[in-house]
Amino acid sequence: MLATAIILFREVLEAALIIAIVLGASRGIAHRGRWVSGGVGIGLLGAAGVAYLASTASSLLSGDGQALLNAGILLTAVGMLTWHNVWMASHARELRAELNAVGAEVGAGSKPLTALLLVTAMAVMREGSEAVLFLWAIAAGGGESSSMGVGALVGIAIGVLAGVLLYRGLLRIPVRHFFSVTSWLILFLAAGLSAQAAGFLNQAGWLPALGHGIWNTSRWLDQNSLSGQLLHILVGYTARPSGIQIVFYLATLLVILALMYRPRWRSM
Amino acid sequence: MRMIIIYDGPMHVKPKIKAREIMVLAFHKRNVLAMFAGVCLSGMALADGAPVITIHNARFEPDELVIAQGVRTQVLIRNQDAIPAEFESYDLSREVVVPAHGEVSFFVGPAEAGRYEFFNDFNRDMKGVVVVKPAAGER
Repeated sequence: MLATAIILFREVLEAALIIAIVLGASRGIAHRGRWVSGGVGIGLLGAAGVAYLASTASSLLSGDGQALLNAGILLTAVGMLTWHNVWMASHARELRAELNAVGAEVGAGSKPLTALLLVTAMAVMREGSEAVLFLWAIAAGGGESSSMGVGALVGIAIGVLAGVLLYRGLLRIPVRHFFSVTSWLILFLAAGLSAQAAGFLNQAGWLPALGHGIWNTSRWLDQNSLSGQLLHILVGYTARPSGIQIVFYLATLLVILALMYRPRWRSM
Repeated sequence: MRMIIIYDGPMHVKPKIKAREIMVLAFHKRNVLAMFAGVCLSGMALADGAPVITIHNARFEPDELVIAQGVRTQVLIRNQDAIPAEFESYDLSREVVVPAHGEVSFFVGPAEAGRYEFFNDFNRDMKGVVVVKPAAGER
């Protein structure tokens, strides 16, 4: 039961933390709850579909197809997070300007809401498909499946709780610093997801590894430990990264930062 | 090269046994074709000598896979169990679901010499290690 709880906790944790961050980052945008719920719903449907396809030995999702799908999901999420951050960077300025002038509200528009929906759907789909497959595996295994079912529920609940705690924690940040904190969180989250995508593209043979285990920091922080896992989700911590992952991580950081600060350079 | 075919067809004709050489003949055309196709397909699907890790009775067999340094290797994971597994390695950044009674392949390397651990994310008691050894002649 404990093993089941831990496995589901791990699967749910990543999606829960990502949703907590994007929920925080879109604070104050009307109807965001509806869009995030929609994203969770779409993600669950997608997860069931992916799990079904990945469990069929003859399908396109055995092997390379699976790796490429994962890479696609992750890169879509990276794209949406980038869009969100860039949009928020200019939106925050616009917001300040308009508040100074007339004190009016700024229309949020639907752009960051689409990004919110897609990031949520992608996060739920990726982790959810693994959770569904795992649950199916224990259900098919029979035996102690009822105690394992309880374990699964406990694991899911703790994972969701972690997301709620992160969200509550974010809300305690003073409003003055709030959006810059969420922007930095999203920046590193996106870089980490991008590095994971590079791993999948290399796994399928589409990109060179440029060396496995360029460095090894397992001695200081084991990726299996809880803090290692948390940092892996939040900032893409990898104890033994491959070269291509480091390239993707840094490139993503630089591209998003450039896009976020570009309008400011122009106006200077 | 000597080829030995296991006889499993009907006993229309008794197998001939020559001195110092055992030849068992298959008289069912179907069986011979199936074997021939099997040999060809298994040769085509993967590069020569692609290492195979089998999942059997909730264990990786072998649980230590040796590959050469500096070479990109395609590894095949074959799941003989009735439940899916997720082959995962933090050290190699690999992650792939292996369906029940299914098989998947993926690339590893080129990598420096060393030990790279892997596990089944659906059953963390199942562990193994990829050992990358310096190629012959290199020290």
